[in-house]
Amino acid sequence: MEKYGVYIPRLVTKKEPFAPGHRACIGCGEALAVRLVCKALGNNVIIANATGCMEIVSSQVPYTSWNVPWIHTLFENTAAVASGIEAALNVLTRKGVRQASDTKVVAMAGDGGTSDIGLQALSGAMERGHNFLYVCFDNEAYMNTGIQRSSSTPFGAATTTSPVGKVSTGQFTWKKNMPAIAAAHNIPYVATACHSYPFDLMQKVKKAVAVKGPAYLHVLSVCPTGWRCPTELTVRIGRLAVETGIFPLYEIENGSYKLSYNRPQLRPVNDYLKLQGRFRHLSEDMINMIQERVTADYARIKERVAQTQEKKPAVIDKPMEKVS
Amino acid sequence: MATKKGVEVSIGIGDAVKLANADVVAAYPITPQTHIVEHLAELVAEGELDAAFIPVESEHSAMSACLGSAATGARTFTATAGQGLELMHEVLYVASAMRLPIVMAVANRALSAPLSVWGDHSDVMAVRDTGWIQIFTENGQEVIDNVLCAFRVAEDRQVLLPVMIHLDGFHLSHMIETILFPEQSEVDQFLPPNQYPFPLDPSKPVTMGDFSPPVLYTEARWAQEVNLRASKEVVLQVWKEFGAKFGRNYSPVECYKCENRKVLLLTMGSFTETAMTAIDELEKQGRTDVGLVHLRLWRPFPFEELRQAVKDADVLIVLDRALSYGGPGGPVCSEVKSALYNLKKKPKVVSFVGGMGGRDITVAGFETIVNRGIEIAQKGSEQEFEIFGVRE
Repeated sequence: MEKYGVYIPRLVTKKEPFAPGHRACIGCGEALAVRLVCKALGNNVIIANATGCMEIVSSQVPYTSWNVPWIHTLFENTAAVASGIEAALNVLTRKGVRQASDTKVVAMAGDGGTSDIGLQALSGAMERGHNFLYVCFDNEAYMNTGIQRSSSTPFGAATTTSPVGKVSTGQFTWKKNMPAIAAAHNIPYVATACHSYPFDLMQKVKKAVAVKGPAYLHVLSVCPTGWRCPTELTVRIGRLAVETGIFPLYEIENGSYKLSYNRPQLRPVNDYLKLQGRFRHLSEDMINMIQERVTADYARIKERVAQTQEKKPAVIDKPMEKVS
Repeated sequence: MATKKGVEVSIGIGDAVKLANADVVAAYPITPQTHIVEHLAELVAEGELDAAFIPVESEHSAMSACLGSAATGARTFTATAGQGLELMHEVLYVASAMRLPIVMAVANRALSAPLSVWGDHSDVMAVRDTGWIQIFTENGQEVIDNVLCAFRVAEDRQVLLPVMIHLDGFHLSHMIETILFPEQSEVDQFLPPNQYPFPLDPSKPVTMGDFSPPVLYTEARWAQEVNLRASKEVVLQVWKEFGAKFGRNYSPVECYKCENRKVLLLTMGSFTETAMTAIDELEKQGRTDVGLVHLRLWRPFPFEELRQAVKDADVLIVLDRALSYGGPGGPVCSEVKSALYNLKKKPKVVSFVGGMGGRDITVAGFETIVNRGIEIAQKGSEQEFEIFGVRE
């Protein structure tokens, strides 16, 4: 991760492809992340958006927050819609109907639209090798419908469908590892990012759209409404997710792992958990369980980094040729 | 000059899509549609059709990829059948509501359970209200002609709606027939390049598929209804032009020996040809009062043409190849009845359901249906409909 000083605002474009005036909640991490992603993408892009918070807050007829071509159709099919757009752009350019202009195709969805209902379409699109970027904005539950658990909800979190009760301690499964699933498709670029590290996020977007073939970006997006935390803590909680190792920032380029932010000593997970109402019922035992798991997972990623960096170039597969 | 070829109808569809110079084909294999997409994949692989073939991982994604492709301005084709059409179900509504001109061939197939790969119209009836223009065909030539017409209709600036071409699974999809294929130059004259008016394009950004609060939703639905109804004029115009250019004419409701006939049989799809033979046989037996009406345009429903076709008949016997469980029986018959209900003079309508899951109805079978239908019309029946040839 690059180090930036006080010049930061000058380094970012003032253009807003994702315009203000949308209806996101106060302190929405996802809206912040989308804004940064769009700044990095620029205007030569077509966005396919899944049903979810971002679609609802940005597109109520007759208003739109999108200054770039944008299409929403359904919940689970965004990667497939993006496949169709990419294929159409290729063939229309090849046939001379459209001028060649290297337009990027980007699919956006939440964690439910990605790791649950849209997983098949995403897997298909990555496997077929379409030249597109898929961005998952992960706020760790179905926030748009009222904070229901998804497979991306972390262990112990209370949601409306993993409530805390006399015989329940909230979500009883561990968060699905979507970046690993994406990486298992041997695509050229997979990365994790968070809105609390804006330059890292934007750099990764630029890298992701520059590769030929599918790229996957998993962006942790703090949701004060669903996480039961003060709205002014969005950025701090995002940083704590990274500093505790709960959400490590890394890249997988052609199979080679690289940590984007490597803290010699991770903060205790409770620094992150204690700020959020969804975790307030956790016992010390449960917090210890989470700590053990996070430490082990973080160590595993570091192992991967060591393994794949040693054996450079660790190209698993060349990016696939376009399907058309 | 047209080329005459003996070809399996499914292969012919691929050739027609090639003549239409489609840009994107996204499809998932399902019996009995497979030969259509296999042939298209082959045409693309051989470089004979300059298109993107997207071998998607499900029908849901097939139609979703078609949405993306059509919204980008590409001429888009897909094909499916039975369960595949059902898996697409929710996407079909989006295609029509977002005014995306996609053409789809449906090799009509029964629905599970029990699993049946064979033909009937259960799949069509389940997607009846998805807002697509839907055309039924009876033989290979009609399929090929209507695939070409479908692109013209779908992409017409006044229409911009998706079109389904229905062909009966196996009974039609797997038949080898002699089919006339127009020359490329003739097709190019008939079918101009697709010019989708609002494509996804960074130089002119559009927002597509926004969500609508109650204050606007009804208006959006009504606009779609008005648009689908109005598309009939364009369908008629395109068929007229096709007829003038290629000499084969199509109408929303077609008649076979209907004039002055008191008993009419109504069919859809490939069984129509068997029914025609049955009408001829009955004529030979001295029953010269029986004729045949076949519905070609299923959506938008041709109310006026149907009323006109059956206005002088005393009995109308409708054969459905699908069943509305616990309801009126045959879905087509129920629509026919509603189209005639408010008329002062109308035939007695008798409903039969048969030919499901690929079961044949022979010429003799149609004769039985006609005779039984006349009997029911005279004596009445306690049942809403009769199921033909069932073993109880």
